[in-house]
Amino acid sequence: MTDSNALDSRPDRNDPHDPGLSETMTERESYLRAGHTLRSWLLTTDHKRIAILYLITVTVFFFIGGAAAVLMRADLVTPQGDLLSNEGYNRAFTLHGVIMVWFFLIPSIPTTFGNFLIPLMIGARDLAFPRLNLLSWYIYMLGGLFTIYVLIAGGVDTGWTFYTPLSSMFANGHVVLVAVAVFIVGFSSIFTGLNFIVTVHKLRAPGMTWGRLRLFIWSHYATSLILVLATPVLSMTLVLMAAERLFGIGVFDPKLGGDPILFQHLFWFYSHPAVYIMVLPAIGVASELVAAAAHKPIFGYWFVAGSSIAIAIISFLVWGHHMFVAGQSMYASAVFSFLSLAVAVPSGIKIYNWTATLYKGHIALDPPFFFAASFIGLFVVGGLTGLVVAMMAVDVHVHDTYFVIAHFHYIMVGGTVSAYFGALHFWWPKMVGRTYFLVWGRLTAIFIFLGFNLTFFPQYILGYLGMPRRYHVYDPAFQVLNVLSSAGASILAIAYVLPFAYLIYSMRYGDPAGPNPWGVTGLEWTVPSPPPKENFAEIPVVTTGPYDYPMELESRDG
Amino acid sequence: MAEPGFVREPFREIRQQHEADMLGMYIFLATEIMLFGGLFAAIFVVRVLHPIEVVEASRRLHYFIGAINTGILLSSSLAVALAVQAARAALARRAALFLVAAAALGVAFLGLKALEYSKEYDEGLLPVFSDPGRFSGPVEHLFMNLYLISTGLHAIHVTIGVLLLGGLALRLTGGALRLPDRVIVVEACGLYWHLVDVIWVFLYPVLYLAR
Repeated sequence: MTDSNALDSRPDRNDPHDPGLSETMTERESYLRAGHTLRSWLLTTDHKRIAILYLITVTVFFFIGGAAAVLMRADLVTPQGDLLSNEGYNRAFTLHGVIMVWFFLIPSIPTTFGNFLIPLMIGARDLAFPRLNLLSWYIYMLGGLFTIYVLIAGGVDTGWTFYTPLSSMFANGHVVLVAVAVFIVGFSSIFTGLNFIVTVHKLRAPGMTWGRLRLFIWSHYATSLILVLATPVLSMTLVLMAAERLFGIGVFDPKLGGDPILFQHLFWFYSHPAVYIMVLPAIGVASELVAAAAHKPIFGYWFVAGSSIAIAIISFLVWGHHMFVAGQSMYASAVFSFLSLAVAVPSGIKIYNWTATLYKGHIALDPPFFFAASFIGLFVVGGLTGLVVAMMAVDVHVHDTYFVIAHFHYIMVGGTVSAYFGALHFWWPKMVGRTYFLVWGRLTAIFIFLGFNLTFFPQYILGYLGMPRRYHVYDPAFQVLNVLSSAGASILAIAYVLPFAYLIYSMRYGDPAGPNPWGVTGLEWTVPSPPPKENFAEIPVVTTGPYDYPMELESRDG
Repeated sequence: MAEPGFVREPFREIRQQHEADMLGMYIFLATEIMLFGGLFAAIFVVRVLHPIEVVEASRRLHYFIGAINTGILLSSSLAVALAVQAARAALARRAALFLVAAAALGVAFLGLKALEYSKEYDEGLLPVFSDPGRFSGPVEHLFMNLYLISTGLHAIHVTIGVLLLGGLALRLTGGALRLPDRVIVVEACGLYWHLVDVIWVFLYPVLYLAR
C-alpha cells in the first residue's frame, strides 16, 4: 500500500469520529478546501479557483445562448414563423450570436481549462499575474451583466456582426449597450492572453524547454497571440460605431462622409482571427485527448505545434473572404481566396498527425476518446466545407445561406463545444478529485455527435438549395429539412444538459480518482487530484519530453 | 548582478519576476498599437484612394500648433526618461520632480489641443455640432472624422498618462512606493508615457504633414 493510495481512500463512513463528510485526505488539503467562505472564492488569486469561477459563469452563458437557439429552432418548425414575431426572431438570433461568440466560445476553453492547466502543465505555482487574472474575470462579469441587461431591456436586432449602416442608422435596439458589453469583455480577453504569453515565456519549470511543452500549451500560446493582437482592432471598430450613433462622427455613414464597407474590413480583421481564437484551444484539447487515448507519443510533435502558430499567422490575412460579394476588388478577392485555402494545410497536418497517433495505439475506449473522435470527424466536415465557401465562385452561390451557418457550426459547435465537453470529461477527475460513471460520458459523446449531425447536416442541404440565413418565414418546400434540424437540436439540448447531472453527482458520490486515473503522462497527473493550493510541493525538474510513453517494438504486435 | 526587490508568489527569483513584468507591459503596449493600428490603416487607405482631397483637407489643419505640441511631448518623454534614471538610483524626490514636470507638459499639450479644437470649431471643421455643409466634400468630411477620433482617443491616453505620472509622483514623495524595490512601477508607467508620445509622433505627420 503506497502513501498516495492511503491519502486517496475514502474514510470509513461508520467511523463515529468522522463528521460524515466523505472527504479524502487529499481533498482536505486541496485548493477546493483552502477557505470555505464566499469571500475566499470571490477574492481568490488561485488560478484553479478562478478557472472554476469561469467554468460556472461560462456554462451559464452557454445555456442562455442555447435557450435563444432553442427558441429559433422551435420557431423554424413551421414555415410561417408562428412562435416569434419578426422583431423577436431578429433579437433571438442576435443574442444567440453575441452570447455564444463573446461570452462562451472565445473565453470557454482558455479561461477554464487554460487557466486551470497551464501552470500545472509547465510546472508553475500560478499564472504570472494572479491578480490580473482575477480582474479579467470581473471584467468578463461586468460585460456579461451589460448583456443580460440588454436581454431584459429588449435586445438588439443587428445580428452579431453589427454591420453598418444597419447598426449605425436603422437598428433601434440597444446597439450601443451591446457594443459596450463586447468592448468591455474584450479587455478580459486581452488580459487573459497577456497573462498566458508571459506565463509560458517566464514561468516554465527548470528543464521545461519549448520542445517539452505540451501541445495544449502551444495552441494556447497561438490563441493568446491572436487575442492580444486582434481584440484591440475590434475595440476600435466598436468605438467608431458608437461614436457615430452617439455623436454623429460618421466614419461608416455615407451621409456623414463615411464608408460602410470600412466597417466590414475592420470587423473581419478581428472576427476572422477570432474564429481561430475559438478553435485553436479546441485543437490543443484534441491533441491531448488523442495522445491520452492512444497512450502513444503524438506523431509529428513539431508539425502539430508549428501548425498552430501557422494558423495564428495566416488567420490575420484571410478576412476578405467574408466580403466576396461586398464589392471588393476581384484581385483582392482572389488573394483572400488563395490564403483562405492555405489555412487547410496546417489544419490538414493536424488531422493526419492525430490519425497517425491513433494508428496501432492501445486505444482506451473512455469518454475522452469518444469526444476526440467526434471532434476530428466534425472538424474534417466543417473544414472541408470551409474550402467550399473559400472558393469565390461557389461562395457567390451559398453566401448568406444556411450552408455558411452549417459550415461554421460544424467548426464552432461540432469542434469547439465537443472539445469543451471532452476537456470537461478528461480533466474533471483532476479538478474535483472524483470519477464519474464512464458509461454516461460515452453516451453523452455519442448523443452529442448524433444530435449535432441531425441538427446541422440538413442545413447544408437547405443552404445549397437556397434558404437564406436570418429569415424565419420561409418557402414551405424547406419544411421537412427544417423539422429534421429542429429535432436534432432537441437531442443536442438533452445531451448538453445530461453531463451536469452525473458530473455534479460525482463530486459527492464518485470514487476518489487518485492522481492519474487515465494512466497518462504529463505534469498535471503527477500531483494529487484535486491539486493542493500551491500545485507542487516542490517545483519539479523536467528531464523528459512530452507524451513520454514507452515505445514498443514492432515484433511484439505479432 | 543582484537586483533589489522582493519575490512575489508564482516567481522563483527576482530577475525572472522583473522580466515577466516588463514582458507583460510590452504586450499591453502592443495591444495599444493595434488599437491605433486600425485607425492608421483607415487614414492610410483614404490617403491612397483620394490623394488630392486629403491633401486639401490636411492643409486646413493648424500644423503650427501640432508642431509645438510635438515638441512638448518629446520634452516630456525626456523628463520621464530622467525620472526613471533617478528612480533606479533610488532618488525618490528627484524622480518625483521629473514626473511632475512631465505631467505638467502633458497638461500643456492638452491645453493647446483644446485651443486647436476650438479654433477648428469656429472654422466649421469639427464634425461634431457643426454644419456638414461647410465641408468641401465627403472625403474632407471623412478625413476630419478620422482626425477627430484619432486625436481625441490620443488625448484620452494623454489624460490617463498625466493622472498616472501625477499619482506616481505623489506615491514617491509620500513614501508609499519604496525605491529601489518598486522601481519597476516607474519603469512601466514610463513606458506607457513613451508609447503615448510615439503614437503622436506618427499621428502628426500622417494628419498634419500629409499635404
